[in-house]
Amino acid sequence: MDISELMHQLAYSLPVGIIIPLVFAALIAVSPSSNAKRIRALALAGTLLPFLWYGLQLAVFDWSRGNYDVNSGETAWFAQIGLKFSFGMDTISMLLVGLTVLLGPICILCSYTAITERLKTYYSWFLVLQAAMTGVFLARDLILFYTFFEFTLVPLYILINLYGSTNRKQAATKFFLYTFTGSIIALTGLLYVVFQHHTATHVWSFDLKVLENYAHTMSFQEQKWVFWALLAGFAVKVPLFPVHTWLPLAHTEAPTAGSVILAGVLLKLGTYGILRFVLGFCPAACTYFAPTLAVLSIIGIVYAGLICWVQTDVKKLVAYSSVSHLGYCVLGLFALNSVGITGSILYMINHGLSTGALFLLIGMMYERYHTRSLKEIGGLARVMPIWASFMVFFAMASVGLPGLNGFISELFCMLGTFQAGGVQWKTGTGLTVLPGATWGELGPWYALAAGSGVIVTAMYLLFMLGKIVWGPLMEPGGHDHGHGHGAHAVDAHASVLPKDLSRREIGILIPLAVLCLVLGVYPTPLLKVLELPAQTITNNIDRHGRTPANLPTDDPRFVKGAEPETIQDKMRRRAAEAAPATTPHASDHATPEGKH
Amino acid sequence: MDSKLTLLWPEIALFITTCCVMILGQSKHKDSRNLAPWLCAIGLCISGFLAWHFRGVTVQTSLPHLPYYGKIIVALIGLAMLPMMAGSADRDLEAAVDNGRPFDALRSTRGEFYSFFLFSLSGLMLCASADDLIFLFLALELTSLPTYVMVALSTARNRSMEAGVKYFFLGAMGAAVFLYGFALIYGASGSTNFDKIAHAFATQVANGGLNHMALLGVVVAILGVCFKIAAVPMHFYTPDVYQGSSASVAGFLAFVPKAAGFFAILLICSLVGWGFGDEHTHLPAALRTMLWVIAAVTMTVGNVLAIMQHSVKRILAYSSIAHSGYMLVGVLAGPGDQHAPFTRNGIAAVLFYLASYAIMTLGGFAVLASLQRKKADGSVEEADDIDDLRGLALTRPLLGWTMVLSSMGLLGLPPLLGFLGKVPLFTAGIGAGEISLVIVLGINSAIAAYYYLRLAYTCFIEQPETLPSAPKIETSEFYKARRLTGVISMAGVVLLALGAGYLADLAQIGGTFSPVRGFRTATPEAKEIKIEAPPAAAPVHAPDAPNG
Repeated sequence: MDISELMHQLAYSLPVGIIIPLVFAALIAVSPSSNAKRIRALALAGTLLPFLWYGLQLAVFDWSRGNYDVNSGETAWFAQIGLKFSFGMDTISMLLVGLTVLLGPICILCSYTAITERLKTYYSWFLVLQAAMTGVFLARDLILFYTFFEFTLVPLYILINLYGSTNRKQAATKFFLYTFTGSIIALTGLLYVVFQHHTATHVWSFDLKVLENYAHTMSFQEQKWVFWALLAGFAVKVPLFPVHTWLPLAHTEAPTAGSVILAGVLLKLGTYGILRFVLGFCPAACTYFAPTLAVLSIIGIVYAGLICWVQTDVKKLVAYSSVSHLGYCVLGLFALNSVGITGSILYMINHGLSTGALFLLIGMMYERYHTRSLKEIGGLARVMPIWASFMVFFAMASVGLPGLNGFISELFCMLGTFQAGGVQWKTGTGLTVLPGATWGELGPWYALAAGSGVIVTAMYLLFMLGKIVWGPLMEPGGHDHGHGHGAHAVDAHASVLPKDLSRREIGILIPLAVLCLVLGVYPTPLLKVLELPAQTITNNIDRHGRTPANLPTDDPRFVKGAEPETIQDKMRRRAAEAAPATTPHASDHATPEGKH
Repeated sequence: MDSKLTLLWPEIALFITTCCVMILGQSKHKDSRNLAPWLCAIGLCISGFLAWHFRGVTVQTSLPHLPYYGKIIVALIGLAMLPMMAGSADRDLEAAVDNGRPFDALRSTRGEFYSFFLFSLSGLMLCASADDLIFLFLALELTSLPTYVMVALSTARNRSMEAGVKYFFLGAMGAAVFLYGFALIYGASGSTNFDKIAHAFATQVANGGLNHMALLGVVVAILGVCFKIAAVPMHFYTPDVYQGSSASVAGFLAFVPKAAGFFAILLICSLVGWGFGDEHTHLPAALRTMLWVIAAVTMTVGNVLAIMQHSVKRILAYSSIAHSGYMLVGVLAGPGDQHAPFTRNGIAAVLFYLASYAIMTLGGFAVLASLQRKKADGSVEEADDIDDLRGLALTRPLLGWTMVLSSMGLLGLPPLLGFLGKVPLFTAGIGAGEISLVIVLGINSAIAAYYYLRLAYTCFIEQPETLPSAPKIETSEFYKARRLTGVISMAGVVLLALGAGYLADLAQIGGTFSPVRGFRTATPEAKEIKIEAPPAAAPVHAPDAPNG
């Protein structure tokens, strides 16, 4: 066989990305526990090989296809209930899988000195977690998705419970119970959709595409129920304001790598679920409940931000900042226009990079000083200049400093929110006054409220930096006379770790820093590839949501003839503008609704 | 009569084995006595083979293929349970014989123990093939009576005696209740034959409604059978009896009476049929409400009380109660339309879950049976406290992982077997329009996470007790055989999850519901539909038949 053909086949084989970490996890489990070097090497290989696999995927991926799967090779699993192994890769999956495989080796590398006991358990479960997370983004079967979604709980539960700090047991249990309860309710909602589809068509199918094409035909009342059931699962994972309480605890107690992967990828499972299922399955309910969700997000943004301000535990501070940041993400999604959704997806990536890096930095500090309290530590710029520069850099990325990655996504989320209120300004001649405005229930006031969160973000992060990086130098002096339990480990580390960052640690941080910078300065390629999927999702909502054109005619908000511009129209218009003579290639297969 | 005899071949084989085992257990030679469990295994294999061989033979009830499924599953799970029973009887006696004392056949219980084991299983098989109220009653009693003795024999301690007596008296009361229900059903229909009863009930429905006595009879019968499945309000005995008996026998109790109870409940419900309600896919309103309440309360009580327990056997007992509640959702959902797919067939879902539950829970009991606690004074007792399991996955990986997988399976964590078993229950419930009950089921699965997680956590994450004063946990004398049940369970939880299709096919056949004619059309405008007489009473008259 031709080598390029082989490459092509390998790249198209999506389960490979899930199987590799699993195989290495098994290899680690059977290797002797005394050989730490070999275990670490295996773990690193188990995360680097998926990275290679991802490279192949990138090489063959056709970005112009938007959210059309490149692959849906499938095998039956439990045919009686229509269950199959079905995988697919579209733009959104591509980006999120990219985030997962990028953070994988980084987490393994950052655990080299932090984890010294029960290495086998740690690394093998970490690889299982990698596999499960990749699986969530690739699964194209509802139950398969749910399986991976739930299975991410087990490894993280074990990582927190075995390798966390003092309160780890409580944190792990709370984390498990919260998310498990939520996702069971979500499962009920998903199965309800499947059942409705069966009633209508007499086919049991868990296929995502099939269900997505069907789900919007459910009645408004049904959609409302499904909406809340699904949200029960995904909002806990995000986490959205009233159900966020597990997150700070889990983050604070988790080992560094656990925190990184939790903030970096696991929280995105929630937003990914909202994006795929809530927006995809119940467009009418989404348009109806968008203001409610926006209010919850904004409360989350501001409230969690204010909590951050009064934290003395640095890790808890960053954990709460995640709640606040993910608020923007959900807000962007429920703007229900392409700007907001693009911003939201971008936010998922950017938050993973910058907050992940912040957790890494805090972990590095903790390894050296064994404290995270702002009261005991400060002015580290004098003793750890490299660490301090990275800290400032990533904190700025997190604040949303223009030029770094946080800015553009935050801007897009808020812009989307701002524009999603266009119909309010109805004039005699046209529907919208504001350029770019779309139909929606949100609007400038929501954007303003969310914008106040930006100020809060800047306040608490700068406050933290002021204390920990620049303030008067404070080093906890306790570690020569030991604190009982961990004393031995501290001394062992002190000999391994230099005062400032080691080359390994700098090596971990540099790729993240480069990505933050590149995505901040030149986000255009990402924005371009996200345009198509965002448009497809928006089109679905425009067509089937309670938009002015789709409302019942006796509704005062009903607007006759307010047909939203579909992607087909848009592509056609653009093509006409750009090159009137030729038909662009992209419009052929980028139109889901146009085909039937 | 011929076909009925064919149908009963598996039971007959099992009964012959039982008699041989009883005699063999009294043998003077130790080697012959030790053959008893092997003979049991052979009998179960033969019985399972016969059940498979005569799979085409149906019974004349609304659930014609129930015997096929029931017998195969019972034979297979009986085989899986057998290793766990090693050493349950005659442990002290055999030790005395090894020390040179003569064998005293009068004091030996080995023969009885294994033959009761088989008696109970053949009773369970008979439950599945029952086509008559009296038949069903006898089968239920044949299942239960040996278990009372097995509980009492299971350990040498007084607690087992107490548990046995308690179980016997409450069991007798349960039997009285469902016997009363059977009597009322007989009174309302004039027959004890299931087919005739179903016809009589269908006639009543077509002529304006079900007789009140009939409904009362069905309700009382189901309440009585609730004792067997350990459902509220007849669940009180469960934790005490499980704790009082040895882990092996408790594992036996978790499956055998429960399966018998579910076969009976399905048969009783099929008498009135799932032909009521707006879509003709529900039980009569009264029955539906009752089962709804029983299901919801049973699962909630089971799960909530399980959280507070410290004894693993009690946790598993409450989990057994909760699982009965889950399965009642399937009973309530019913078989759906005539050609309903597996996902809509609640009966198939119950049968599927019954087997899955047995496989999963056996793992937990097998682990307990394989461990013993040696106290500071040298006395030995079975491990039961949850602290006894600490760090089991580190010290004894095989047992530890069995416990972890068993509890994660019972929790319903995808992709394990328990999850795949729950999905059909969910879908059948939603399909039958019992959305609220399905939500209760979902919430209960989440509550259950708390204690299953604790079981898994204790084995997998906690460190073993190192204090010198702490009781020492060691493997019991017969653990090599007993852990085999655990290994089977562990393999089942994982492998059957991958090959769930095979079990589902079997369950779908077993759950085929073919109601007597006139059942589905029980609408007001269909009153004049003539109900066909039961086949037995039909005149044998074939005018078109060519004369020989």
